[in-house]
Amino acid sequence: MTTTPRWRALTQHHLFWPVAVLVFLLLINVPFTPDFFSIKMTDGHLYGSLVSIVLFGSPLILVAVGMTLVIATGGIDLSVGAVVAITGALTCSYISDQADQSALSAVLLAMGIGLVAAVVCGLWNGFLVARMGIQPIIATLIIMVAGRGVAQLITDGQIITINSEPYKLIGGGYWLTLPFSIFVVAAVVAVTVALTRRTALGLLVESVGGNAEASRLVGIRSRRIKIMVYVFCALCAGIAGLMISSNTSAADGNNAGLWIELDAILAVVIGGTSLLGGRFSIGGTVVGALVIQTLTTTIYTIGVPTQTNLVFKAAVVIVVCLLQSPKFRAKVFGAKFGSGSGAKGGGKPSATPADTAPTTAAAPKMEVS
Amino acid sequence: MLSRRNFLTAAVGVAAATGLAACAKEDDSASDSTSGGSKALVLGFSQVGSESGWRSANTDSVKEAAKTAGYTLKFSDAQQKQENQISAIRSYITQGVDVIAFSPVVVTGWDAVLKEAKAKKIPVVLTDRSVETSDESLYVTLVGSDFTDEGRRAAKILEKVLEKAGHKGAVKIAQLEGTTGAAPAIERAKGFKEVMDADHADDWKIVVSQTGDFTRAGGKQVMAAFLQSNPDIDVLFAHNDDMGIGAIQAIEAAGKKPGKDILIVTVDGVKDGFIAMSEGKINAIVECNPLLGPQLMEVVQKVKDGETVERWIKTKEGDFMQDQAKAALPTRKY
Repeated sequence: MTTTPRWRALTQHHLFWPVAVLVFLLLINVPFTPDFFSIKMTDGHLYGSLVSIVLFGSPLILVAVGMTLVIATGGIDLSVGAVVAITGALTCSYISDQADQSALSAVLLAMGIGLVAAVVCGLWNGFLVARMGIQPIIATLIIMVAGRGVAQLITDGQIITINSEPYKLIGGGYWLTLPFSIFVVAAVVAVTVALTRRTALGLLVESVGGNAEASRLVGIRSRRIKIMVYVFCALCAGIAGLMISSNTSAADGNNAGLWIELDAILAVVIGGTSLLGGRFSIGGTVVGALVIQTLTTTIYTIGVPTQTNLVFKAAVVIVVCLLQSPKFRAKVFGAKFGSGSGAKGGGKPSATPADTAPTTAAAPKMEVS
Repeated sequence: MLSRRNFLTAAVGVAAATGLAACAKEDDSASDSTSGGSKALVLGFSQVGSESGWRSANTDSVKEAAKTAGYTLKFSDAQQKQENQISAIRSYITQGVDVIAFSPVVVTGWDAVLKEAKAKKIPVVLTDRSVETSDESLYVTLVGSDFTDEGRRAAKILEKVLEKAGHKGAVKIAQLEGTTGAAPAIERAKGFKEVMDADHADDWKIVVSQTGDFTRAGGKQVMAAFLQSNPDIDVLFAHNDDMGIGAIQAIEAAGKKPGKDILIVTVDGVKDGFIAMSEGKINAIVECNPLLGPQLMEVVQKVKDGETVERWIKTKEGDFMQDQAKAALPTRKY
């Protein structure tokens, strides 16, 4: 019985359930793919299911990290998929116009152009939300709808194929035997965590999400913070756009990043960030994105029939979301698993599940790793 | 809280944005064909959208063929929305064009507008895709590909590919399906399976089959997972070139040689597919021809003249093996 308090502390950690689901999903694969966890060297780089999951999941992690901060301010950004398409389209069409597509300077310039476009989209979203007072879901819907049209305009409705070795690195290449995109993701996540948890920035973001007006009255520049998170989110989406187009060495204005906004929001929710704003967990989001990517890979490897893909996905997502709800856990597993937040929430059973989930992660200034 | 004024601003903003998107670009090329004068045949054509290179090639072919034939073409792009397409067809009816042609976005829901056309005695020709109607007389004919036959042809050409590669014994096949529920995906799979069940029930087996959504990224990701769960795949059958191209990258990342270790057969015949084939990475391509403009114009003339035409006019298509790739490459327009 001595382990009980420790076990209890573990199950009440905000990352426990997402990580548990991730581990469970990974284990499901073993009977179907016996060497699922094996990683071997192929052509000078590591190769295996786990490497694939991280490689293909990288863009989603990036988009979801940006989305986390937007959601933490009580907003939402539906335009990330379109920003992914625009960035990829601009960058690839610039590279394809070059005589020497592998020239490093041209590739860097092309990536710069793409990312500037992403930042402009973010500024536009931030302007509409913070300055014009338009609801985030409406404000970002504009670029979501129109942006894909812009991407198709840039690519002329065609898929632009490029052949550029340096550009291939960012989303499909390897460095130190690992996919290069892992390093990009690690860098972005590290910078985000450092900025939000080592400085007061994270606290300010949460404060704006908790109550923008009150924050403004105590002297926080709410509007500036809001514009900043939309720009950051768009920048993350832009980098993801570079990765996606680099991964297949092609820009597909029509399909690149299609529905990634929904996967990103899902990843954020699975990670335990409240959609109401005011609290966030970058670590949770990364785990959430990995859960989604693992789920996708699992569907492919265990041979779920095509027609039932989405049903299978939905069933898993429902289970994950229910596990995230302390009220549900309390009902099903008894008080041991679920009581934690009930006590902190002042015993108010009327709180919505989305609200109660992150309250388990009590302190606003939590550690993330 | 959002004030009412702000909400209105937002609503107007969105309405303007979607309105711009919705009023489909109607580009009246009447001015191009002044030579025909007032007697020129007027064709109203409503295109699905411009979702792929295949589709843009299809659009260009129709426009070009109409110009060559000296017809006045009223072209509109429905941007993947049925309501846009219905309103385009309605406007053609009001304008009193001679013949209406369109590629339906979806299969059902056309009866009302087609009946209006019939009442005005304007013949309707479908291109590329078919519709389901209660009344078969609502359209004259369909000019388009036979997707089931493409599946059958893919299986037939795979026999040749296997023979050429000297493959003996059991064949383990991975299939990359198109978008779930789309006619080309369902029918290509059906046609392929037909031949497989009839002629190769003992030796061929589809070991994995999954949708790659007709995209390169989808094909790459799904193939990467296939290679993990079934490392001994012999053949890949992809429902379009783009998924095949994505899969090639996944196969290469796994340290295998596409076209050698894993034989690849795809459908469509886009330019990038032919480039991959000329590099030896795809073994055979079954063409799905978007260049149906000339055939369409022929049919339109016949329909206008009151001649009877077949219910389904199949597009002229070819099958290509690797050795034909280099020669065919310069002729690929899309």
